[in-house]
Amino acid sequence: MKHIVIIGNGISGITAARYIRKNSDAQITIISAESQYFFSRTALMYVFMGQVRFEDTYPYDQDFYRKNRLNLVFDRVESIDFSAKTLKLKATDSIVYDELILATGSKPRKLNIEGEKLEGIQGLYSKQDLEKLENKRNQIQKAIVLGGGLIGVELVEMLHYQRAEVDFVVRESGFWAEVLCEKEQRFIEEHIQSKGIRIHFNEEIRSFEGEGKVCQAFTKSGKKIEIDFAGITIGVEPNIEFLKNSELELQEGILVDEDFQTNIPNVYAIGDCAEHRNPIQNRKKIEQLWYTGKLQGKQLGENLGKGESQKYEPGPWFNSAKFFDIEFQNYGFVSNTKKEGQSEFIWKKGNKMFRLLFDSNTDEFIGINAFNLKFRHPVFDHWLRNKAGVEEVLQNLKTASFDGEFSKKYEEEIVRAFNQEIGRNVQLKKKMWYQKLISK
Amino acid sequence: MRKLGWILVFVAIGIFISTLFLNHYTVLGKVFPGKSQILQMIDLGVQDDQKSISTSELRSMKFAMVKQMSDGPVKKHPISFFMLTFGLAALGSILIFIESFKKSASEQNLGVFHQKLTSRKWPAYLLLLALVAFYVLLYWFPYYLVEWTILVDPIAQLFNSEGQASHWFLYGFMYSYIMTLLGIRMLIKYRHNNYQIIRTITVWFFQIVFAFTIPEILASLNGSWAAIDLKNMWPLDYDFFNNGGLITYATESQPVMVNGGGLGLGFLIWGIVLFAVLVPILVYFFGKRWYCSWVCGCGGLAETLGDAFRHLSDNSLKAWKIERWMVHSVLVLAILMTILTLFTMFTGVWGVTGFIQEWYGFLIGSVFAGVIGTGFYPVFGNRVWCRFGCPLAAYMGIIQRFKSRFRVTVNGDQCISCGNCSTHCEMGIDVKAYAQKGQDIQRASCVGCGICEEVCPRGVLKLENKK
Repeated sequence: MKHIVIIGNGISGITAARYIRKNSDAQITIISAESQYFFSRTALMYVFMGQVRFEDTYPYDQDFYRKNRLNLVFDRVESIDFSAKTLKLKATDSIVYDELILATGSKPRKLNIEGEKLEGIQGLYSKQDLEKLENKRNQIQKAIVLGGGLIGVELVEMLHYQRAEVDFVVRESGFWAEVLCEKEQRFIEEHIQSKGIRIHFNEEIRSFEGEGKVCQAFTKSGKKIEIDFAGITIGVEPNIEFLKNSELELQEGILVDEDFQTNIPNVYAIGDCAEHRNPIQNRKKIEQLWYTGKLQGKQLGENLGKGESQKYEPGPWFNSAKFFDIEFQNYGFVSNTKKEGQSEFIWKKGNKMFRLLFDSNTDEFIGINAFNLKFRHPVFDHWLRNKAGVEEVLQNLKTASFDGEFSKKYEEEIVRAFNQEIGRNVQLKKKMWYQKLISK
Repeated sequence: MRKLGWILVFVAIGIFISTLFLNHYTVLGKVFPGKSQILQMIDLGVQDDQKSISTSELRSMKFAMVKQMSDGPVKKHPISFFMLTFGLAALGSILIFIESFKKSASEQNLGVFHQKLTSRKWPAYLLLLALVAFYVLLYWFPYYLVEWTILVDPIAQLFNSEGQASHWFLYGFMYSYIMTLLGIRMLIKYRHNNYQIIRTITVWFFQIVFAFTIPEILASLNGSWAAIDLKNMWPLDYDFFNNGGLITYATESQPVMVNGGGLGLGFLIWGIVLFAVLVPILVYFFGKRWYCSWVCGCGGLAETLGDAFRHLSDNSLKAWKIERWMVHSVLVLAILMTILTLFTMFTGVWGVTGFIQEWYGFLIGSVFAGVIGTGFYPVFGNRVWCRFGCPLAAYMGIIQRFKSRFRVTVNGDQCISCGNCSTHCEMGIDVKAYAQKGQDIQRASCVGCGICEEVCPRGVLKLENKK
């Protein structure tokens, strides 16, 4: 029987295992040094804030592994002998594989500045990071968080829950500037500031000082900030340290083809650690999202289970996030500044906002960023796949809305504003069951 | 404020408990300081009489006698003591609950696993003990709670001139009182969510008006037999066909007789239409939530007093298996018992009917629904009864599972498997198991409380009725 070994029990690795099992009886072994069972990394903040327990973040119960005959190994892979197809483990016996999936994920990026190793400075990525933070939760009174991205704001929220005073240091001129436009940046910033968080834009930390434990952070602009904790959340990079100096071709990540093949036969890489030689249009070489990890795991799992080599076709882009009380949903590629030939429509009211892009010439709907307005993924997926026009999108806004029952509705206002601003005459259609709309 | 609130609540509870010991008892001019001697005397008197008397009759007799003999500060100043207990506790509670105004929408459920009361630490067990003790006394030893009924006598006076509150009046009042206060907590906590606001007000309205006020008015107009909770229905109301004076039947082989005249017949028809016609129609269109989290009294308490404990419901596969066996067994038992009851009513043949009625009432009606159902909130979560024991929930669940437009829709592939939904599901449904597959949730047990939708950090869930 074929033995498929997966290194990494995150969303990519486990999803791959699930889809292999759907079509194949192969022996499957999953190795992780981080945790006994697959947990949802995105939920670590809710564990810290006491809204769930760690065991609540397990997407599957233990029965799942037994039923799907997934053999779990809780150990660290120290090195791989690709020619002998053998994994050398830290504590247990070596494992021989027929096919190997590398789903090793990421590790937090480092600043490489003075004092970075001091006690009280850490990232937020792994279960161990959470445990470290839990252990000193009561000692944190004054913290800084570096990096204006998604994990940064999560860590700020966690520290805020702990009633710590937080300085949020962002290198760019706005929050999550890589993705959000200026108006969106301001919108989020104002919300974060309303929680009593101080944000410093265009600012960086040059060094940390302290005796054993961090006490001060010095900024580029010469400010000194007294702290007892620093969170470094300036992004992640592929966790491939143990693969360096092997035959495996690496760049920033593990280089893979469209079907996740590495340069070594029968060795594949998926998720955060994989770098695509030929990324699909608009997509990054390295995709570091929960959703993309899941999609990649699914594609590779199906391939290996069926013995095929289908290319990675993830479909229309989507994403989501949450910034304190603001829920963010995104469908389609919405760049931070509209590209040439794109038209933009922004609507904002109170704590709700969205930005919609469409093609200036063809009217084709390009994408939407929505804040505190919920929209149906299947409907937008359908529109993006079928290159729907922007007017079709607006006409059917009632059906596309995913806001809760009895919630205040804004579709009329939105369409009126759109007609006025863009000079159209879109008539809002009655709400229908969304599956009818899709099946048309 | 929060601390002050808790202090007031504890002081009020302290006074409330002490009222049980403040009065003395006067029998034939002699004064006794405590209840125990009085109760001994009554027991001796009953033995001497050599008359056969049922336990429930004895219970009511003891209650009535102790209440009549009870005299002292509580008797003389019921309104003052009412303000010092119910009034003070209400004030304290409001001080605690308004703290929620400081929290934003997504902060409302943070920390439930850090607070001792809501994470099965010692205060949770203390509350469990208190609740269980209260139910045990209420059901089986109400004469120990006489002074509490004296406190609410002035309120009973609003409904009847005698102004004598029974222990069931006390219970109805406390139920409504707690649902009002904790309902205010819900309204503050979920002030940003219209579904929660409307649902909370509705379920509170049905408790205050249908479960408490209307029955009291009916009783004052037509006698205690007419004290009917018009929204309660078979099979949750397991003695619908044989209790409350609605239909009385001769112990011999007399045919069924409608004792209550036109009103009684009206109640009978309404009760049958409710479970046989309205339930299937409404569950088809809206799911069982229209009852379980919008109308029902048990549900109403679970959604108010129980809200702080919803994350303690076991969501394991094993719990689901036990749940299905148990709740459907109770449904079968309730149906069998009703068939037996009807059989007895029409034929006059008793057989085991009385025995089964008595044991069902004791085990399911009192121990399960009351003592365990509510008493164990702080440890097993707030829907133990609804999930494992309620035959009406089981009946509606079957319709909901196979023939209903209601579902919790999952928004495509947006789920991040964080587990908030499953953790906060009071019915112990592993919501996330469906959400992460992009599969809508159509489970028999879902009561449509809407909290999964509320706690989902990615807006992936939406309660809705398919058009």
